Amino acid sequence: MSKPADLARSEPKASEGGSDLRELYQSVILDHNKRPRNQGSPPDANRHAIGRNPLCGDRLSVHVTLADGVVRDVGFEGQGCAISKASASLMTEAVKGRPVAETEALFRAFHELVTSDPRSTPDTSGLGKLAVFGGVREFPVRVKCATLCWHTLRSALEDGHVVSTE
Amino acid sequence: MSYDVATVRKDFPILSRRIHGKPLAFLDSAASAQKPRAVIDAVSELYSAHYANVHRGVYQLSLESTEMLESVRDKAAAFLGVRDRREIVFTSNATEAINLVAYSYGRRHVGPGDEVLVTHMEHHANFVPWQVLCEERGAVLRVAPIDDRGVLLLDEFEKLLSPRTRIAAVTHVSNVLGTVNPVREIARMCRAHGVPLLVDGAQAVPHQRVDVGALGCDFYVFAGHKVFGPSGVGVLWGRAALLEAMPPFLTGGSMIESVTLSGTTFAAIPQRFEAGTPDIASIVGLGAALDYVQQIGLDAISAHERELLAYAESRLAEVPGLRILGNAPHKAAVISLVMDDVHPHDLGTILDREGVAVRTGHHCAQPLMERFDVPATARASLALYNDRSDVDALVAALHVAREVFA
Repeated sequence: MSKPADLARSEPKASEGGSDLRELYQSVILDHNKRPRNQGSPPDANRHAIGRNPLCGDRLSVHVTLADGVVRDVGFEGQGCAISKASASLMTEAVKGRPVAETEALFRAFHELVTSDPRSTPDTSGLGKLAVFGGVREFPVRVKCATLCWHTLRSALEDGHVVSTE
Repeated sequence: MSYDVATVRKDFPILSRRIHGKPLAFLDSAASAQKPRAVIDAVSELYSAHYANVHRGVYQLSLESTEMLESVRDKAAAFLGVRDRREIVFTSNATEAINLVAYSYGRRHVGPGDEVLVTHMEHHANFVPWQVLCEERGAVLRVAPIDDRGVLLLDEFEKLLSPRTRIAAVTHVSNVLGTVNPVREIARMCRAHGVPLLVDGAQAVPHQRVDVGALGCDFYVFAGHKVFGPSGVGVLWGRAALLEAMPPFLTGGSMIESVTLSGTTFAAIPQRFEAGTPDIASIVGLGAALDYVQQIGLDAISAHERELLAYAESRLAEVPGLRILGNAPHKAAVISLVMDDVHPHDLGTILDREGVAVRTGHHCAQPLMERFDVPATARASLALYNDRSDVDALVAALHVAREVFA
């Protein structure tokens, strides 16, 4: 009996197992997991939203100081896996000082990176440090961990309500 | 004769699979168990040679299918130590079985100011239906506390049985902590207060012999897929006197006695509670599964799992920074793991790459997660086909996780 193509593809060879993991848990990600940047709410935050991932029980709030269409300051709090914590931490660094339109473009590029075909070479131009999340492509169930903070940020910038990845 | 796990493993075709190039160590049977060849063959045989709708046609195939399905009712009755086969109701899963009781019994007997008693270690399936019932009827949901080991505080449970308590619902075995609740004792307390008791046996029946008469409860539910049968079938056992006095839950075909434009009378039990075409193949598969576990012997399975649990606990103690949630003295082979500095979700991913399948998350028991102040755990659960090599693979993979997060 032949296997469905996508099933066969999601089953890397033994030798790839370890390198996949190293690709996912890059040192930058482990560092931001251990010492997350921009934790908590900026003192003058005027936007905020909560994101949830019911699958793993993760809960994340993102707080933004928005002025003249620019993310002047941003912080986050919550609990989650290494991928979600590091993603939130690196996101706050990446969007601070950017106009809202640019954060949207960044989210689109980031989303493309983490959901693209693992066999292709991803375009990481313009992503800066966020390119370290390229390894997430090999782990489809972890995409939500990496994108929860971005969905939550978008919600905060729009109207601020609870978002869920389910 | 000692338990021959190698032979048992050969009965489960999926166990020869490799995952990410590693041998599969399947440690998630508490979520859903794998299927032996006997079950796969029984389903295939039904469809290949006997299938038609049940309880309807006068033709040969329909009779064969009906006989095959009804014989499983007898098997399920014998499996639970029940004499009256009318007390066995097929549902689509354990959740539906509990909902059936919550809707049918609950909405008839629970009114404003009444109380329903559950415990803090319930699966959402044995918590949410009662919570919703209480909200709807203006009743109060009482939750019996547990201690830090995950043991139900029996004194507190008894104190919460009041003259207003209309039903109590308790899990036999916790799907997160592995705690085996003293159901006989709980049933005795409930009986003394005239309170019917529903027991959620989903995590018990794959691992130990259950005799509902000896337990002394009034309703008992389990899921076919957790006892090595197909998904899509659950079993509700209820005392005939209770079931007979209960209104239908779902209505429609198969559950009626007579339908006219002016009204409907309902069939006797158990058909009254089996509206619509059932999952015939899954019920037949469940029959094969019940035969299978009884052939191996539930006492032998219990002994094997106890031995393996002890081995796992001693091996896991070697892993630095690892904590086991749930340390009840009477515990089934469910091991909820929390590792310092490593989120369970990350742990699950790393273990998967090593071929080790565990469940990560809140295990449909969020109130319990809150009780222990953890967002989630990684849960390894053992079943009749697990052996020491599965445990060794788990321990090795946990060391890999420690290295990644060093």
